[in-house]
Amino acid sequence: MKCAYRLDQVTYTYPMRENPAVSELDLCIPEGRTTVLLGPNGAGKSTLMDLLLRWRKPDHGSIHLFDAPLASYPKRSLGRTVSLVPQEEGARFSFTVLEYVLFGRSPYLHELASPTHADVEIAHASIMQVGIEEIAHRPITTLSGGEHQLVLLARALAQQPRVLLLDEPTSSLDPGNTAKVIRILRQLSEQGITLFFTTHDPTVAADCAHHVAMISHSELLFSGPVADALTPPLLSELYGTPMETFRHGDRLMVARVH
Amino acid sequence: MTMNQKAGSEQAYRYSTRIGIYRYRLLAFALLLVVLAVVALLAGRYPSAGIANPLHLLEDALFAKVVLNVRLPRILLAITGGASLAAAGFVFQMLFANPLVEPGFLGVSQGAAFGAAAAITLFGFSALAVQVSASLFGLLALATSYWLAKRFRFGGWILRLVLSGIAVGAMFSAGLSIIKLVADPTTSLQDITFWMMGGLWNSTWKTAWSVMPVMWTALTVLFAIRWRINLLSLDERTAHAIGISVSREKSLVLFVATIATTAIISVAGLIGWVGLIIPHLARRLFGADARFALPGSMLLGALFLLACDTVGRTLLSSEIPLGVLTSLIGAVLFIIILTRPQTEAKL
Repeated sequence: MKCAYRLDQVTYTYPMRENPAVSELDLCIPEGRTTVLLGPNGAGKSTLMDLLLRWRKPDHGSIHLFDAPLASYPKRSLGRTVSLVPQEEGARFSFTVLEYVLFGRSPYLHELASPTHADVEIAHASIMQVGIEEIAHRPITTLSGGEHQLVLLARALAQQPRVLLLDEPTSSLDPGNTAKVIRILRQLSEQGITLFFTTHDPTVAADCAHHVAMISHSELLFSGPVADALTPPLLSELYGTPMETFRHGDRLMVARVH
Repeated sequence: MTMNQKAGSEQAYRYSTRIGIYRYRLLAFALLLVVLAVVALLAGRYPSAGIANPLHLLEDALFAKVVLNVRLPRILLAITGGASLAAAGFVFQMLFANPLVEPGFLGVSQGAAFGAAAAITLFGFSALAVQVSASLFGLLALATSYWLAKRFRFGGWILRLVLSGIAVGAMFSAGLSIIKLVADPTTSLQDITFWMMGGLWNSTWKTAWSVMPVMWTALTVLFAIRWRINLLSLDERTAHAIGISVSREKSLVLFVATIATTAIISVAGLIGWVGLIIPHLARRLFGADARFALPGSMLLGALFLLACDTVGRTLLSSEIPLGVLTSLIGAVLFIIILTRPQTEAKL
């Protein structure tokens, strides 16, 4: 199995804190597959995401992206390789959706350049892919939460990344939009993009992930195929509360036991 | 052509149509600025109050002198200074992701005023000393506001920034009062007071040439990177993930905008509200994308300051201080914009 990201003994401690937020983590994020990161609040999920983005740098250990050290990537080529769908983003200026998605083209543009016609076409293809062409000329300040999430996804796709990182892509969405996002993530995976995302809903993992990583108390608890991950003992240990799984048709569902 | 490609070109077409409209608007405002500049050259109290006949230039050598050596440098300073103030305000609003910020809110203007007054007291009214000192203290105020906001322990980022800006601005204003207290009332106090009222009445070619190159350079830099300035309005982590060196690019842009602001402040004193109100108008007319809204802001700022200065010097027999006019008109416009629907500002 080829790794998109490979982490070896990665440790990160926040300034002025004693305990590491991520401790001696070994992890392979397999290329071309969808990996979900599960873990309770404060387990170190966001820190791990920041490390993958190079927004923070590990104190110890190494991170490789497609066999090259993450630190060795020039800024632009990192922006062409990895893109992020943040959980939410304040919209203070009324850019149109198309203008906002075009921002994703910046790793391909010279510092002094503006987007070209080709960039507009690519941005539009991303907009089509997430199915929001109806709102392409609306100001982003007027969008609903679900529409906004899809715009962020389209912008990340305009970066034409090999790896897409997503911060809790479904946590603020209603069931209809959640289903839509999961459908899109599956399509992206079929196109060969490596996906890595965090979620608090193990059923979402069951719906679209091939691979699951679990972190708890800053350490890796489990990493492996989704079928081995979503078991009651492992999930109960991860969240510290009894969990059960059941089947509905060919779907696996996960729920809390009261 | 597949359905998707067709829809794609249609979107691209709509996008380029809008761009086309913005380009025409920019051109229209540029022409308006040229017309206004010509009118301003001919308007005044010589040879008689009102707008003179241009043919008069050929007959009256003194009139030609007034136009070329008194009015022209002043008009160029008003245009360049207005563009600089509006561009700096626009950039500050983008970078702090806050439509209600301008250099004055972060203490830059007050810092520059303090620096200029200190230089006047220590070195007399030397243009170079005043500019260098105004720039240094303007930058110092910006850095202090930013640093304080990082250290405040409550409130959101924008609230903290505005609060620290108020504190830093107040400290520099207090410092300015102390300087006025100790300044020699027969010489430097008068210079400081005149300078503080804000105006371009002592513009000569010498003062114009001492600050215009700085402002032109700053405006050129900002214009060149205008699309990228959009990206600096994003959350810093997102901007990083898009491939921006956030702190490096933000520092560069803030530095350039602050230098442009302090350059005009150092010759014209405090001119309020241009940096706050003009970017709002520009976003109304040119959309949020800095590709058009930034040049639009520069043009509107130039028009606004030139119009205010021309009215200020021609309306009454004695001059109305420029800072007074811009504040009055700016505040009224501000109220109109914020009370009307479809407004940008969301705090």
